[in-house]
Amino acid sequence: MAGRDDVAGFPLIREPLLKDVGAPGRNRRVLPAPFDVPQAVDLPGIAVLPDIPDVSEVETVRHFTRLSDLNYGVDNGMYPLGSCTMKYNPKMAEAMAEALKPVHPGDEAAMGSVLGLLFLLQQHLGEICGMDACSLWPAAGAHGELTGMMVIRRAVDAGGSGRRKVLIPDTAHGTNPASCAVAGFVTENIPSGSSGFLTAQTVEEHLDGDVAALMITNPNTLGIFEEEISEIARLLHENGSYLYMDGANLNAILGVARPGDMGVDCMHVNLHKTFATPHGGGGPGGGPVLVKEGLAPYLPLPRIVNDGHGGFALDREGPESIGMVHSCLGNVAISIRALAYILSIGPSGLRETAKAACLNANYLRSRLAGLYDLPYPTPTLHEFVLSDRAFKGTGVSTMDVAKALMDFSFHPPTVYFPLVVGGALMIEPTETEPIEELDRFALAMEDIARRARENPEELHGAPVTTPVGRVDEVLAARSLILTWP
Amino acid sequence: MNIPDDLYYTENHEWGKVEDGDLRVGITDYAQEELGDIVFVDLLPEGTAVSRGDSVGTVESVKAVSEVYAPVDGEITEVNPALEDAPELVNQDPYGKAWMVVIRMTDPSAARSLMDSRAYEEYVKAEAK
Repeated sequence: MAGRDDVAGFPLIREPLLKDVGAPGRNRRVLPAPFDVPQAVDLPGIAVLPDIPDVSEVETVRHFTRLSDLNYGVDNGMYPLGSCTMKYNPKMAEAMAEALKPVHPGDEAAMGSVLGLLFLLQQHLGEICGMDACSLWPAAGAHGELTGMMVIRRAVDAGGSGRRKVLIPDTAHGTNPASCAVAGFVTENIPSGSSGFLTAQTVEEHLDGDVAALMITNPNTLGIFEEEISEIARLLHENGSYLYMDGANLNAILGVARPGDMGVDCMHVNLHKTFATPHGGGGPGGGPVLVKEGLAPYLPLPRIVNDGHGGFALDREGPESIGMVHSCLGNVAISIRALAYILSIGPSGLRETAKAACLNANYLRSRLAGLYDLPYPTPTLHEFVLSDRAFKGTGVSTMDVAKALMDFSFHPPTVYFPLVVGGALMIEPTETEPIEELDRFALAMEDIARRARENPEELHGAPVTTPVGRVDEVLAARSLILTWP
Repeated sequence: MNIPDDLYYTENHEWGKVEDGDLRVGITDYAQEELGDIVFVDLLPEGTAVSRGDSVGTVESVKAVSEVYAPVDGEITEVNPALEDAPELVNQDPYGKAWMVVIRMTDPSAARSLMDSRAYEEYVKAEAK
């Protein structure tokens, strides 16, 4: 007879894939008897029947419910993933998006009011960023980068200069060089200074007649404000080059400082970071692009315009435009959520979120700086970067710290990025965390730092309280097994 | 940390071994230690012309993807085929079986401008501080 130890319960039993559970006849749906409905044969248009697992309804529901129990999200607890800004998403914005769900894109009258909302969002983003024109269509941040760089490429080509080089500081997001390359540029990596920000002098040394643009993130991935940005913009403009700003960290300066006032010519905004729309799972996100007036003719099509009768319509003409970058109206439900968020807190609320995000991050930084190595002492805004250097010799790495945090029911922070810091731990608590959760995080980090010094071996085994313990990431990367449906 | 005497070194932690007019290139023991377990190596093909500082390929660990840079000007004449299926060789034998490319040097004396083992040891010590 099986003992208690042999019978595992959820969540310790592994949740199997439905296709492994399915077997002919397992879906025991009871039909009325006699069941005298004629059976369809040779259904038109289906060459191969889809291979759907044969499982019952209750098994299917339990499968997905259990998986959702195993999941961890910002609704479960703190998710301090630096650079990603995993702030809480207000349910009010969900309700607003839900309310617009019945509107069919083909219903022109109803869509007129949706276009009006999108037009309003463009205006608000323009005001927040200090920019002149906006396109909401890019589907996420990297798509926004690509769209923005295509706009600059079109402008450069229209001007006849044929410039092809984009300068990118070493504190940039990894997607920046990729977006430039896809847009047809070559990139040059330039070093940030010893204080963790880019100096105007470094930019000047790298400027020449082939530099089309500089792509900068401000504040950068160390959480440090690029304090020489105005001078950098002046140098670029003098050289006939554009300044692109990756707006991934806009949440740190929201309502306090405007990229347009710093001399930025083109930028994107991550709605799913700064404006609290859903995040992760591959999207959908929102990466609106904003430009100064001179670049506006090159923005994607279509454009939202006044229809002359007090309503709004789409203008699909624009010979100078780079063309369409997304079907229909981008991820319109994400745009609606972002607008609802902006309107619900107003200008003072936006400023308050930026200040609270910086305060929360600096509170954690001050509590942890003595226990972990802080490679750049320069003041930081909404996030900060620690490293595992203080544990050199103990064998404890950033990976061990990240895994151990899971045993305290935290999502680990971003690790091993940015690359300018070896063994980086990039922590961004966001403005939505209450002080008690910040304290709990600080205590967990203190406990891990203590164990790293006293009992380092123990940390290599973390996490121990999760259904799946430490996974062999090396084996997973070296022996990739792709399983198709 | 293993830093053989008979090799030249770069600030990006590549090593180079002079073989007549060729330079055999890989990454150092320190570099593989810092990167952790290597899971993928991707190198440029034979026949590619490179300048000093150009990327000759990438090395991917669980933590990050890093570039490998050409220590000298020249042309890639050989690429180590073993690393495609066995990237772990970079961790196991960085100065031996895990050589990455052979570059025919445009200027055969170019390697002399690189660091020798003693200079590299000082450099690594300074960086680790």
